[in-house]
This record gives sequence, C-alpha cells and structure tokens, in this order.
Amino acid sequence: MPDRPIKVLIAKPGLDGHDRGAKVLARGLRDEGFEVVYTGIRQTPEMIVSAAVQEDVDVVGLSILSGAHLTLLPRITGLLRDQGMTDVLVTAGGIIPDEDVPVLQEAGVAAVFGPGTSIGQVAEYLRANVKPRDA
Amino acid sequence: MTHPAAADHGRALAAAARSGDRRALGRLLTEIEGRSAAARAALGELYPLAGGAHLVGITGPPGAGKSTLVTSLVAAARAQGRTVAVLAIDPSSPITGGAILGDRVRMQQHAADDGVFIRSMASRGHAGGLAVATVDAASVLDACGFGLVLIETVGTGQGEVDVASLADTTVVVQAPEMGDEVQALKAGLLEVADIVAVTKADRPGADQAAASLRAMLTVGAQHDRAAGDRPRPRRPEVLLVSAVAGAGVVELLAALDRRAPTADDVAPHGGDAANVRAEAQLVGLVMERVRDRLTSAAARDRLAEAVRAVAAHEVDPYIAADGLLAAFVDHAP
Repeated sequence: MPDRPIKVLIAKPGLDGHDRGAKVLARGLRDEGFEVVYTGIRQTPEMIVSAAVQEDVDVVGLSILSGAHLTLLPRITGLLRDQGMTDVLVTAGGIIPDEDVPVLQEAGVAAVFGPGTSIGQVAEYLRANVKPRDA
Repeated sequence: MTHPAAADHGRALAAAARSGDRRALGRLLTEIEGRSAAARAALGELYPLAGGAHLVGITGPPGAGKSTLVTSLVAAARAQGRTVAVLAIDPSSPITGGAILGDRVRMQQHAADDGVFIRSMASRGHAGGLAVATVDAASVLDACGFGLVLIETVGTGQGEVDVASLADTTVVVQAPEMGDEVQALKAGLLEVADIVAVTKADRPGADQAAASLRAMLTVGAQHDRAAGDRPRPRRPEVLLVSAVAGAGVVELLAALDRRAPTADDVAPHGGDAANVRAEAQLVGLVMERVRDRLTSAAARDRLAEAVRAVAAHEVDPYIAADGLLAAFVDHAP
C-alpha cells in the first residue's frame, strides 16, 4: 500500500465546551500532512468510539479541559478495546494534572500533551508512534 | 502482505463487513482508499452484490448547508426505519497532503446509531475532486445493505460535475442570500442538478430565491447535455428546506425516492445513471492504471529523463509522451 496520510480523530468528550485548542490542533495537524476528523463538542464515549470505528483512524486524540478525564478517558479506551480497535494510538490533551498521567497510561492513553506543547511536537510523536498497518 | 494473503484478507473483510461488522467495514474502506490488493479482492466479491442502493450526490458552495441537510435527511430516513450511509468528501491540501474532514461535526447525533454509517474521505489530490475510490466505497456500502448512500462533496471547481457522473440523483444545495451569485454559479453547478434544495428557508428571501431559481432553470433547460452526456429533466425540482424550522426534509426525501433507480415509475433518466457511472468508473480505473505505471519505480528514470528533455525544449512533449506510452502502457507487463 502506498504511503498514505495518518488519519486522526480529535474528540471532545463530556461537557467541556471550549474547543479553540482542539480546532487549532486540527488545523495544525492538517498543515503537517495529517487527515483530521473533528467530532465537535459534547461527545459521549460511545459517539467517539463509533466515529473512530467508522473512520478507521490511526489516532484518537482526546481534548478535555473539564477535569473529568479520570472518568471519561478510561471508559473510552475500554470501549475501543471492546470494539477491536487495538491498533489505534490514543492520546490526550488539555488540562490534565501530571499526577493523573500514570493512571491514564495504565488505562491505555499512550501520551498526554499539556498546555504549551507545540503542534510540531504532537506531529513528531504521532509519526513516531502510530502503529503500522499490514501492507 | 503478499498478494495471495492480501486477497484473502480482502475477502475476509468483505464477508465480515457484509455480516454487519462495522470495524471490518471501516477497515475495508481504508483499503479502498489506499487502492490495495486487498481492496481489489474485496470488490470482486462485493461488486456483483451492489446495485440496489440509491446513490445521491449532495453538492453546493461552502456554507450552503450541505452537512446540515445531510444530517436532516439521515434523521428522516431513520424515522422511516431505513439504513443510510454517508460519504463526506473534503479537499486535501495540495501542499501538505493533509485535510480537515469537517463534515462529521454536524452529523455526530447519529454517531451511536448502528443504522447509520458515516465516513469522511479526503480527495487526496485526485483531479476533479472525486475519484474511483469514492465509487468503490459507495459500491461497498451498497453491498453491505445501505439502501441510501449520500455523497456530500465540496461544491467548488469541478468536483460537483464528477459527483453528477457518479450519483443516481444530484441535489445542488443553495442558501437564499446567494442572490445574484446564483446566476454566476449556474454554469456547471446548477446544470447538473436533478433537485435544487434552497436551505435556511426560514430566512427572508428564501421564497424569492426559490422562485427566481425555478424561472431561471426553465429558461435554461431545453436539452442541456450536462456532465457525462446525461439527459437532465427539463426542469429540476426546486425545494425549500429549513433545518431550524424542521421543514421540507420529508418532502425532499420523497422527491429523492421518486427518482430512485428501483422506483416503480422510473425517473426520466432511468438506467442512464448506472451507465454514466460505469463509464466514469471504467475511464477512471484505466487512467489510474496508466498513472500508476508512469509513476512506478520501473518508469522513474525514463520519466525523469523525459521531464528534463521537455523542460529544456530538447524534445517535443508529444513525442516524449508517445515514448512513455509505448514503453510503459502499450506493452502491459
């Protein structure tokens, strides 16, 4: 299979309505050559996982500023596993305290990008860590 | 993956997708976008099973309300117990190759409904916006039992002409405040319409916009030969819809159903749509193969030399092209 762009789902779970950061990231990743699907705000875990399955994304990026990450993110990674999405790279960003990162990693979130992370850093990380597909 | 293994993988994905496995369907669509050997094998299984769905193209200028209209149509179809698939096409950046696939944002209310399948696709630089991959994706969704397949495209440049070749029925979406711009847009865009949907009908000027569209389309109709040499109804139907007011969508769905290829009283263009689509597919696939041969590793050096010689005006480009065709296309490996 010829080199194809990496496909990323950017999703905002829960009741957090501030999506400027998510949109900036989406546009930035587009400029870095990624194909980005943005779900919009107020997504349930089921809606996010359904989108990830239908879009067959390589990456699920979860943007959350509301503080509900310890509840919502493990639920999302659990549902992804249930749906057989074992190859997808799950990352998170927003307002997530450092001390919560190990818990999230344990639940399947590969990386957490805090405020101040550059688009370039995110792009680098994704390129380096996306699981290759069977050709 | 080796060729035989890829073919087995494709057939397995096809069988799983047909049995309702949404993950398999998603993966299969990725193979199709990637033009892989697995995709080809899967299509071999699925193509004979397709042909029952109504392929509807939804196109129009940015901001006209296409995605909102699509999501309303999905809701209306679901209320009737029908399954619906949506292919939402957005342009890839010609510079970076990336894309924002932003149509899904307006459709997420249907995300957890198993009777709806929504897939975003980037145009990936294919000339005219739509590619053979889109037709293949529509065939897969058709074969997997989705009776209505909505194909939403960007309405700029030539993209909407392509969707008219691919779809059974083409809906051109216009917002009322377009005013005089409607005249300018007529060429190429309104000419391919089977139905014109005036959105945001709750806004002032919507009725006038619909009336002036009807008048204009009657005058221009005669026997316009639009994209793909496909005869058009003499007067495309102009309908008003409003997502805000929740009006006109059921009527639009009924208008679509009257034009479905499987409808009892077959629409004026009847089976021509299938023929037009098949021709577009065949030409598209042949061109794809030629492009692949020309850009393959085997052709690289010869192409580079031809490029150099033509750019330096040492060789006439027609002779150079003849040489490349003779070397890499006329003699199939």
